[in-house]
Amino acid sequence: MALLQIAEPGQSAAPHQHKLAAGIDLGTTNSLVATVRSGEAKTLVNRQGRDMVPSVVRYTPDGVIVGDAALAAAIDDAQNTIVSVKRLMGKGYSETTALKQQVPYQLVDQQGLVAIDTAQGVKNPVEVSAEILATLANTASETLGGELNGVVITVPAYFDDAQRQATKDAAKLAGLNVLRLLNEPTAAALAYGLDSGQEGVIAVYDLGGGTFDISILRLRRGVFEVLATGGDSALGGDDFDHAIVSHLQQQTGQAKLSHQQMRQYLTTARQLKEQLTERDSVDFALPLNDCVYNGSLSRAELEQLISPLVKQTIRACRQVLRDAGLTAEEIVKVVMVGGSTRVPLVRQQVAAFFATEPLTSIDPDKVVAIGAAIQANVLVGNKAEGDTLLLDVIPLSLGLETMGGLVEKIIPRNTVIPVARAQEFTTFKDGQTAMALHVVQGERELVDDCRSLARFELRGIPPMPAGGAHIRVTFQVDADGLLSVTAQEKSTGVQANIQVKPSYGLTDEQVASMLKGSMQYARQDMQQRLLREQQVEAERVLEAVSQALKADAALLSSAELDNIQQALTALRQVRQGDDTAAIKAAIEHTNQLTDDFAARRMDQSIRHALKGHNVDEV
Amino acid sequence: MAISMTQAAADRVRSFLQNRGKGIGLRVGVKTTGCSGLAYVLEFVDTLNDDDQVFEHDDLKLIVDGKSLVYIDGTQLDFVKEGLNEGFQFNNPNVNGECGCGESFTV
Repeated sequence: MALLQIAEPGQSAAPHQHKLAAGIDLGTTNSLVATVRSGEAKTLVNRQGRDMVPSVVRYTPDGVIVGDAALAAAIDDAQNTIVSVKRLMGKGYSETTALKQQVPYQLVDQQGLVAIDTAQGVKNPVEVSAEILATLANTASETLGGELNGVVITVPAYFDDAQRQATKDAAKLAGLNVLRLLNEPTAAALAYGLDSGQEGVIAVYDLGGGTFDISILRLRRGVFEVLATGGDSALGGDDFDHAIVSHLQQQTGQAKLSHQQMRQYLTTARQLKEQLTERDSVDFALPLNDCVYNGSLSRAELEQLISPLVKQTIRACRQVLRDAGLTAEEIVKVVMVGGSTRVPLVRQQVAAFFATEPLTSIDPDKVVAIGAAIQANVLVGNKAEGDTLLLDVIPLSLGLETMGGLVEKIIPRNTVIPVARAQEFTTFKDGQTAMALHVVQGERELVDDCRSLARFELRGIPPMPAGGAHIRVTFQVDADGLLSVTAQEKSTGVQANIQVKPSYGLTDEQVASMLKGSMQYARQDMQQRLLREQQVEAERVLEAVSQALKADAALLSSAELDNIQQALTALRQVRQGDDTAAIKAAIEHTNQLTDDFAARRMDQSIRHALKGHNVDEV
Repeated sequence: MAISMTQAAADRVRSFLQNRGKGIGLRVGVKTTGCSGLAYVLEFVDTLNDDDQVFEHDDLKLIVDGKSLVYIDGTQLDFVKEGLNEGFQFNNPNVNGECGCGESFTV
């Protein structure tokens, strides 16, 4: 008998149609998987009864080990035990020179990308991460009693496109369907339900084992926007432990520690740190030259030891606020993430700096995974329609170049993604069989002032008179911001498409300056657009009349023909200039002169069509 | 006619409802679908429908629509663990046959 979960009203799944989704926090030190069942988001425990899985993969000649068992071998088999692989994701070999000294395993060059030489051959970071993801997904499908339909994986807000793509590749390799990548601070904010709360600026303070991240998010109309990120990739709770170890060494007088002693000291340090969260003073015992050293550590002493490290994080907070152009008073909520935020001194200092009590009710080790699970549950379709989360918007409009170097905006900026918009275009010339499509990004009216994203061609349009073809161009942006553009000719179905990453390589400042430009030049742009439109129209009229004359000049008297020729010459001349009104007048003049000609051509073609047919047939 | 649940199921339903923060009870029922004809429905309830019958279990409300009741009368709802998986199970005396997976049944 399958086990059932409680669904939202009206959302019960048909048998075998259960939509199983999980959120995965793929961390530098530890990873977790969580899911929503019967309306409750919870992290999932594996067969060992643990929900935190060390992000460690060990390659042995016989196989691959992930998690606690791999971590246990991190010292004895350091060469084949990959720790902190997240730091290598999406990195080129040349970018990792600094890391080479720090990691105990062998980094190698794999076609420009960094990889690791192991007992099982060369493994790249994507493959290593895929092992971790597969392990977590296994726990999830065992717990949920079925294959996962999709996962949401969290990534640091500062991850660039290459790092995000590498994370998606790892998921694909692990056989997972990625519903969306979610920024870690956004996930934490979602776990606290801040998306449905008060709008404003939120700070997410994430102090993990080995990294510190501070992110400033703005929530507006249910959408989180990352305003600024900062931190220190080499500062975390482990540094607290080392500070305590140094203190213990001073107490016992042991200047140099063996590997085994070091492990003992570290374990003691960690226990002291954790117990001093609840208590004011803790006793400890350490072996010393066949005896035992008995000592104690008070919370005040601990705070003195770690205070410089905590101050360092506060300095980073100050810096990131400055980057975002904000003051601490403007922050409405502070979310705490990472096990090290349990330390009372950290909470005090953060509360004092932001002048607000930070949110700590959700386990800081699990909060990111829980947020990801909530998002996965919505994305997979287990929630009623109105509950759909809006998370991301398009920063700049996306459009297409049209005749005259003008931009036709297809998806305006601030549109919530995922989104698809279509518009119909047509051919400009008689018998045109191909169309060049130029995808651009920006707010300005002219292509030259926007950013070019991609060009492609639609070929195989059947020859038709100008304006006869119907070409449907669809812009689709998926949840990760990936744009695909499809052009299809409707009568034959021929189509062409291209994929682009619109945000690629654009910094916030560039986006801001592009936006500013569009406002500053608004009037100028509008005039330019009007001029170009008239120029294009003139071009079209010239083309059409020339074609008509070529075919049916015989329908005109020589005087009429002269008049039309003169009008065309005049139009051709003003078209070169930039007098919008003059071009418009010349077009109208030409139209008037050719009205009668057009009527005669129409009559003639009707006569042609009816010739040899009797009235009944028509 | 009645529907009941075990203590284990009641404890979980209570905690899920609390966690959700809204809802007046739990809907149990059937719908016609699946490889074997009928499938169970298990949902939170925010509003009652006209033909709903309410069965009280301590402080909890089990809500069944009239049409479903004939198929699941006498059912006891249980909450069980199987390995890492856990969830609700219907102990329904009316069932004649189940499909292999147990997700749908006939009466």
